[in-house]
Amino acid sequence: MTRLFRAALAAVLSLGLALPALAQSGGPLRIEITQGVIEPLPVAVPDFVAASPQAAAAARDIAQVVRDDLVNTGLFRAIPSSAFISQITSFSSPVQFSDWKAINAQALVTGEVSLASDGRLVVKFRLFDVFAEAPLGQGLQFAATQATWRRMGHKVADVVYSRITGESGYFDSRVVFVSESGPKNARQKRLAIMDYDGANVQFLTDASSIVLAPRFSPDGSRVLYTSYASGFPEVYLLDVGSVRQTALGNAEGEMTFAPRFGPDGNVAVYSSSVAGNTDIYLRRLNGGAPTRLTSAPSIETAPSFSPDGSQIVFESDRSGTQQLYVMSASGGEPRRISSGPGRYGTPVWSPRGDYIAFTKQNEGRFHIGVMRTDGSEERLLTSSFLDEGPTWSPNGRVIMFTRETAGESGEAAIYSVDISGRNLRRVPTPGPASDPAWSPLLP
Amino acid sequence: MRVTSMIAVAALVGLTACAQDGLFPPGGGVNGPGAGAGAVGDPTSMAYFQSAVGDRVLFPVDQSTLSPEAQSILSAQAAWLRTNAAYTAIIEGHADEQGTREYNLALGARRANAARDYLVSQGIAATRLRTVTYGKERPLEICSAEACYAQNRRAVTVLQAGAGL
Repeated sequence: MTRLFRAALAAVLSLGLALPALAQSGGPLRIEITQGVIEPLPVAVPDFVAASPQAAAAARDIAQVVRDDLVNTGLFRAIPSSAFISQITSFSSPVQFSDWKAINAQALVTGEVSLASDGRLVVKFRLFDVFAEAPLGQGLQFAATQATWRRMGHKVADVVYSRITGESGYFDSRVVFVSESGPKNARQKRLAIMDYDGANVQFLTDASSIVLAPRFSPDGSRVLYTSYASGFPEVYLLDVGSVRQTALGNAEGEMTFAPRFGPDGNVAVYSSSVAGNTDIYLRRLNGGAPTRLTSAPSIETAPSFSPDGSQIVFESDRSGTQQLYVMSASGGEPRRISSGPGRYGTPVWSPRGDYIAFTKQNEGRFHIGVMRTDGSEERLLTSSFLDEGPTWSPNGRVIMFTRETAGESGEAAIYSVDISGRNLRRVPTPGPASDPAWSPLLP
Repeated sequence: MRVTSMIAVAALVGLTACAQDGLFPPGGGVNGPGAGAGAVGDPTSMAYFQSAVGDRVLFPVDQSTLSPEAQSILSAQAAWLRTNAAYTAIIEGHADEQGTREYNLALGARRANAARDYLVSQGIAATRLRTVTYGKERPLEICSAEACYAQNRRAVTVLQAGAGL
């Protein structure tokens, strides 16, 4: 337990996460860490002011998205409106800081929503450091179609999160995943996409074929995944806008799976099984012959590029059990990086380049963990009957993964956890869900 | 209190993805063991192959080597396939749920290939056999205990009518 605490503290510190507190002593908004426990920052996000009655619903709902985003991080606590002394009824009126200090609101977000003559929503907002009695950064304005009102809330929350923590945000992002239904021995699987918080679910494929492990392109516009549409596992490329799907094409007797994009979005790295042997290959997505990157009688799979494109981390059982290895992006002799007890799989390089997330099996339990890219500083973040398949938030601070419960009625769900190991949450999905892949921050 | 400036930020792009009908590739895929055609009493039937010959072999945890029992079942399969030359087969490799998805796909490929290689060694033309891995995607038994896992770590020979694949 003590070790876990230290690890959590180290993770928070190493990220340079500032925590707000000390407001009473007049310091700037920042996160305070006390004995490894982060006290969530009290923040007030009153419903935004509606510039006209037609904007009332959006003004209320967008503020709720902002509150939910901030609270979901585990770093903020939303002060309930019932505690408010002041009400924000005008966006341009001066803020009565004493009223917000009195309820210990460290940060205050005010906003206004109006409906432009072209029908678009316009959102203005400001962030205040209450105890400094000063704005934190400039006010901002977003405009978008009414259908994308949730994204405006996420954009506001991303700015607030970024200004207070010093990290880039991750709320205006999407997750592609596998939506599951049916009994365990005849599970139906469909590709689906949703906002990072589980809203706006849309299906990308029907249930006619098993689909597995979708992965976003670096710009979020395309998805690589594995489908059994041909009767055999085969890597497909899907355009998110048009939902057009293209098989990359298996050779005779070949099965392909576990694809991922290279950081330039032009190449795919994946596993190919031929005659029972699984190795890692690279191919350009605009055609051309695949390049074989590993050549061993063992299983080599689950490749993932470093963000600079120079290296690939993957799993191999060449030592007798599944372990993690790093090789040059052009292949060559890999070096093993995992060294603890148990088996390691599904390594994924953080978008920041600092950590590798992985699945670990040890003594009958599954864990999601992170380690430095040289294998040092291994920390396990979760433990359950079956946790697997980590995916990174765009800012490299949060990991989503699949958790499946045991038994005949066992079901998969998507969870998220901070890389400190704190703030484990189930991501709401319409039904059982697995294999999440987090998009980059949307443009 | 005055705000210094309001910065207009570029309009948000519209959401793009919309599932549309008719864009999905043709179905396929899910091949269970398949209902046997024909009567069990007919030694040339698929039903006979499944029940009397035995259409599957089982594997220990994380292994793809064939036990003596598995070899004798595969020998019987090979004898049947020699006699019933009109059939081809797809050999499905499966894993239990105690493993990551990708590894289990690779493990299933190993198991299917071990069965295939044995059948080829018994004189079955390689052109009559194909392999497919399902990893842990299609368990037969669904409890989370070794009694079920043992049945799920399998290679199943699924007959197809018609020679040549």
